[in-house]
Amino acid sequence: MATQSAQQLSANRIRLLKDRFARYGVTAGGVMVLVALLLIFFYLLYVVQPIFESVSLKKVNSFTLPESGQVEAVGMEEQAEIGYRFLRDGELQFFSLIDKNERQSGDILLRESFAQPEQISSFARTLPVNHQYAYGLTTGEAVVVEPKFSVTFPQTVATAATDRVERVITPRIEVKNNGEPLLIDEQQRALQKLAYETDGEGMLFAAAVEQNTLLITHFVAEENFMTGAVTLTPNYTEIPLNSAIDNIVVTPDLRQVLVRRGNRVHVFDISISGTVSERELLPMRTRELGNATGMYLLAGASSILLTHDSGKVSQWFEVPGDEGRQYQYIRSFDAGSPVTSIEVEYYRRTFYTLSENGDMNIFHTTSEADLFQGQPTESRIERVMVDPRANYLLMKTADGYGLFDVDNEHPEVTWSGLWQEVWYEGYPEPEYTWQSTSGSDDFESKFSLVPISFGTIKAAAYAMLFAVPIGLAAAVYTAYFMSPSVRKFVKPTVEIMEALPTVILGFLAGLWLAPLVEAYLPGFIAVLVLMPLAVIAMAAIWSQMPTNIKNKVHDGRAALLLIPVVMLTGWLSFEISPWIEQVLFDGDARRYITNELGVTFDQRNSLVVGIAMGFAVIPTIFSIAEDAVFSVPKHLSNGSLALGATPWQTLTKVVLLTASPGIFSAVMMGLGRAVGETMIVLMATGNTPIMDWNIFEGMRTLSANIAVEMPESEVGSSHYRILFLAAFVLFIFTFFFNTIAEFVRQRLRDKYSSM
Amino acid sequence: MNKWFRTGKPWIWLTAGAVSVSLIAVIGLVIMIGWRGLSFFWPSAIHEMDVLQADGSTKHIIGEVYDTETVPTTRLPQSMIDLAQIESETVTRYLMKIGNREYVPLDFTWVLESLVSEDTTPADLAVIERSKDGNFYGRITALTENGEVIARQGDADFRELMYQRVERAVELNLQAMGLQEGEISSINYQLNELELERRRLQLDDQLTEQAIADLQAQREQLNADYQVYEKELFELREQAQRDALLVKDFRGEEVKVPMYRVLDVNFPNDMGFFAKLAHFFQQLGKFVSEDPREANTEGGVFPAIFGTVFMVLLMSVIVTPFGVVAAVYLHEYAGKNSITKLIRIAVINLAGVPSIVYGVFGLGFFVYMVGGSLDQIFYPEALPNPTFGTPGVLWSAVTLAILTLPVVIVSTEEGLARIPSTLREGSLALGATKWETIWRIIIPMASPAIMTGLILAVARAAGEVAPLMLVGVVKSAPMLPVDGNFPYFHLDRKFMHLGFHIYDVGFQSPNVEAARPLVYATSFLLITVIVGLNLTAIGVRNHLREKYRSLEH
Repeated sequence: MATQSAQQLSANRIRLLKDRFARYGVTAGGVMVLVALLLIFFYLLYVVQPIFESVSLKKVNSFTLPESGQVEAVGMEEQAEIGYRFLRDGELQFFSLIDKNERQSGDILLRESFAQPEQISSFARTLPVNHQYAYGLTTGEAVVVEPKFSVTFPQTVATAATDRVERVITPRIEVKNNGEPLLIDEQQRALQKLAYETDGEGMLFAAAVEQNTLLITHFVAEENFMTGAVTLTPNYTEIPLNSAIDNIVVTPDLRQVLVRRGNRVHVFDISISGTVSERELLPMRTRELGNATGMYLLAGASSILLTHDSGKVSQWFEVPGDEGRQYQYIRSFDAGSPVTSIEVEYYRRTFYTLSENGDMNIFHTTSEADLFQGQPTESRIERVMVDPRANYLLMKTADGYGLFDVDNEHPEVTWSGLWQEVWYEGYPEPEYTWQSTSGSDDFESKFSLVPISFGTIKAAAYAMLFAVPIGLAAAVYTAYFMSPSVRKFVKPTVEIMEALPTVILGFLAGLWLAPLVEAYLPGFIAVLVLMPLAVIAMAAIWSQMPTNIKNKVHDGRAALLLIPVVMLTGWLSFEISPWIEQVLFDGDARRYITNELGVTFDQRNSLVVGIAMGFAVIPTIFSIAEDAVFSVPKHLSNGSLALGATPWQTLTKVVLLTASPGIFSAVMMGLGRAVGETMIVLMATGNTPIMDWNIFEGMRTLSANIAVEMPESEVGSSHYRILFLAAFVLFIFTFFFNTIAEFVRQRLRDKYSSM
Repeated sequence: MNKWFRTGKPWIWLTAGAVSVSLIAVIGLVIMIGWRGLSFFWPSAIHEMDVLQADGSTKHIIGEVYDTETVPTTRLPQSMIDLAQIESETVTRYLMKIGNREYVPLDFTWVLESLVSEDTTPADLAVIERSKDGNFYGRITALTENGEVIARQGDADFRELMYQRVERAVELNLQAMGLQEGEISSINYQLNELELERRRLQLDDQLTEQAIADLQAQREQLNADYQVYEKELFELREQAQRDALLVKDFRGEEVKVPMYRVLDVNFPNDMGFFAKLAHFFQQLGKFVSEDPREANTEGGVFPAIFGTVFMVLLMSVIVTPFGVVAAVYLHEYAGKNSITKLIRIAVINLAGVPSIVYGVFGLGFFVYMVGGSLDQIFYPEALPNPTFGTPGVLWSAVTLAILTLPVVIVSTEEGLARIPSTLREGSLALGATKWETIWRIIIPMASPAIMTGLILAVARAAGEVAPLMLVGVVKSAPMLPVDGNFPYFHLDRKFMHLGFHIYDVGFQSPNVEAARPLVYATSFLLITVIVGLNLTAIGVRNHLREKYRSLEH
């Protein structure tokens, strides 16, 4: 007996234990729903967050190099293992930046001299992308040098167990023109200032001789088809100017030379044949910006940067105007103290400035962002250089060199840049533009969320315009007037509509409805007018019917009675469409709209989206609104009817007022669905990010934009993160509407239960 | 009249009109898709037409009337109007599918009704369905074997002989395909596995001489097997190339159509109603059971059906337990506190968040973060090629599981709410613990509601496309996620999906016109499945309500 009860007790204990475990398990499962939602929220935020981070610098290494006269330029290759410097006395030195294998940082790996120190009169460098350098000589000649790197994976360095092969980078030097100097000045005067650019084959030199004479020498490359040998044909132009030349800049397309003399900046055009013509003088704003002190070219070569003695840096680029393309002042950046030199990045619009007070600043032009200001090293920075991938900065200071890891992944994105007008290069004015990708590396990405957010709102608005009247009217009728037997069949039918895959609706909208709308546009407009008239006419006819027929088919079945009427009206509208077109629109409505009204007409337009998406939203609105109206306590409406109000009066004055929170919540839910809908918009519009309320044009929405661009965006890039931001915006938007709707509905439920 | 307006009757009728419009829209849509989708399989007559050309000559064309439309005369070029001497305001034109893709620049052409001088449907016109280049229309004149004519049109048993040869070619092609997709693909898979095995050993530092030799031996064995199969394959192909059909095409020229490309030959003008009906079902069967051809614009949708079903099943396995547990918590355990309120708001929001957001989340979190980590831990030998760190069927299923979680929760909770509390109290009073009550009494009783939720979730998942575009669906998957190679279920593979198939074929295919009926057919298939599932769910739910109503009294 005792053992039996002991067994029972232990069995009970196990049962209770099970019960407790189940309680914990189930609770954990329930809380998991909340966790899932929070996970989505925080994960999206986690991906988005880095785009708003500022720049951070971290010291990787510092070393010293042997003493050597003045340094003209420093540079490094893209793995940031090897750096190089050009010296005033005509020597190029490669040195190791980090300790790797047997190389120690600061070791000179290779050195070569290109001219006698006393021969050298000037130095020039191309944009970082072209990484070529030129020494101007006193003999009127120039030597063009390109530091090159070859990457090999020798098996000997490979560790035995893994087949991870160590990368070995070896520097080498290429002197252009087969190592021979190029003659820049036919009269062999000393080149006091030099500027040089290349487009890969052709070369353009601009030099100052005798203080104020500008020489432009264009080498046109011609390839011999038989031998493949390239011959350079020079083309000399001499332009005397009346004061000393301060800076010369050549654009990499070899079509422009910009010359600064004090506050005067001249623009010279070079035609394809090599003719030089002066185009314009930049309208300098000295009062606002101060006197110009230097001139630089930005990556992409569309913008020039001028430094001013006020500590400002101004950006200028060509803008199409009445007299062709002209340089215009765009924006300025404040470095705090006069800028002594500017270093630009390889591909992005980021630039680094060094000021007189020793500060380094990092700016980005497109986003107008001031990313960094300060002195990362103890001693004064003399030069700064960024690697091609923009991951490392090499700084030359008074007492050596420092290599810094720079974390500047998303300089082009700022909160204001996403939501405000931005003046992009080559655009006539600041605009909202979404253009995320292009074929070239130095493309200026245009990330404005405004046009796609606008598109989302536009699509949702047209859909709601279509769906709200039909959805609500249908809900009110079904809940309040329809006889129960019909309702039992109607409600599930409309709710089935919600289950229809939107890809099918989108496909029909794009391939069936869009051509139909285009061909029968007057018919569609006719439907809007004729349909209500036909319905009211039918109602009037029915009211004149003998009572016994009226009683058989009362108001509760009017919807069924109207089906043939609606179909007939629809058919009639389409039949008279060509006739209306003939009478009102000269036989072609589309041409009429384009030519006479001056409105762009796309085949896949907002009207199509409105109808198709409205169709998708109707069931959402219908179902919730119907529930709300149906659950209005019967004693309220019965009371109203008993007091002599007509059914319609009861509906508008009593039932709808009571159910209004529910109806509001239905509209909110519908809006939430319309905003997030992807496939219909993707398939039924042209997906062009335009900002126009025109019903005959398309749009691009946040959701369609994600669907189109996400598969091709690079993981971790600004583009990728901005698409996540778009998703986050959608999430927040729908979260807001759904929560409000749910809240209102809860309140309503409490209210009804108290009635 | 004014009085009548004041009663509000017209407004009531207007609201009724809205219901009618909605009903017509739904039913009309389904009927239209059904009609267009199914009529594609019905054999249509082949017309032989003489069409007047601009230069006064006539052009002879053979083809199916694909579409007919009425256009206002003003839209036509003036020269055309003069030629056809049109005086009416509108004119009818046909879109003809003329096939024979290798001999014409476009296999579709518009023909103006008034320019057709002669239009006949002779019984001897044949449609040759081919595995490449689409249909061929013409008159079959002879059958050749190794380049020599063995039978001519008009011979007593010509058609019989021809069908025999077609069957033989199809059979050989099937064998070749079976070999290629079975044995040969299996060998390729194993070779790939061997390479991964080598890498694995290497990473673990266990790549001894012995292991290398072993692997090499296996590889050689496989390569030897491969040679055998390859030879067999070439032989089959060789055999299939023996026969050919000589066909007189629309230009009147005799063209050779190799038999190994021929899938079927039909004479639609020579078919009676029942023959057409048989053909209709045969085509329908092919549509659901065959692989797509010609960049998805022809053939069947079997891989898409398979992919959809597989993904949805996988999703069901994931979503059901979580959904049910959450619903049980909300209905049976949750107290009336703010946490419960928060969870309810979370459920509503999970249902309301746009599906594309799930796609983005799935791509970032599951594919790149979870998948990427799995690759690092379990599949380092395959890196840098991702195994799970790339979109695939598993991640699609998981993403859609979150998306459909609220559907299951809401439906299950509704079912739980309908179970009379007397049952619970009875069970507790008899000494059962709460868990025993739930496990033994409540959940079995709520199972139809769980079923309903699951069916609705499946219907939702089957129709969802936007998130799948990011997390694993592709336009053409060479391998199904299930095959004969160990471990049989390849959850890392990409898959095809009916919904995405519609989007892809309808909007990204090079020949939209040719693919359109296929898109309608696919849409009809998808709609049938989804509406069917929804109706079942509604049916189950209604049945359940009736059942519990009787219990309550």
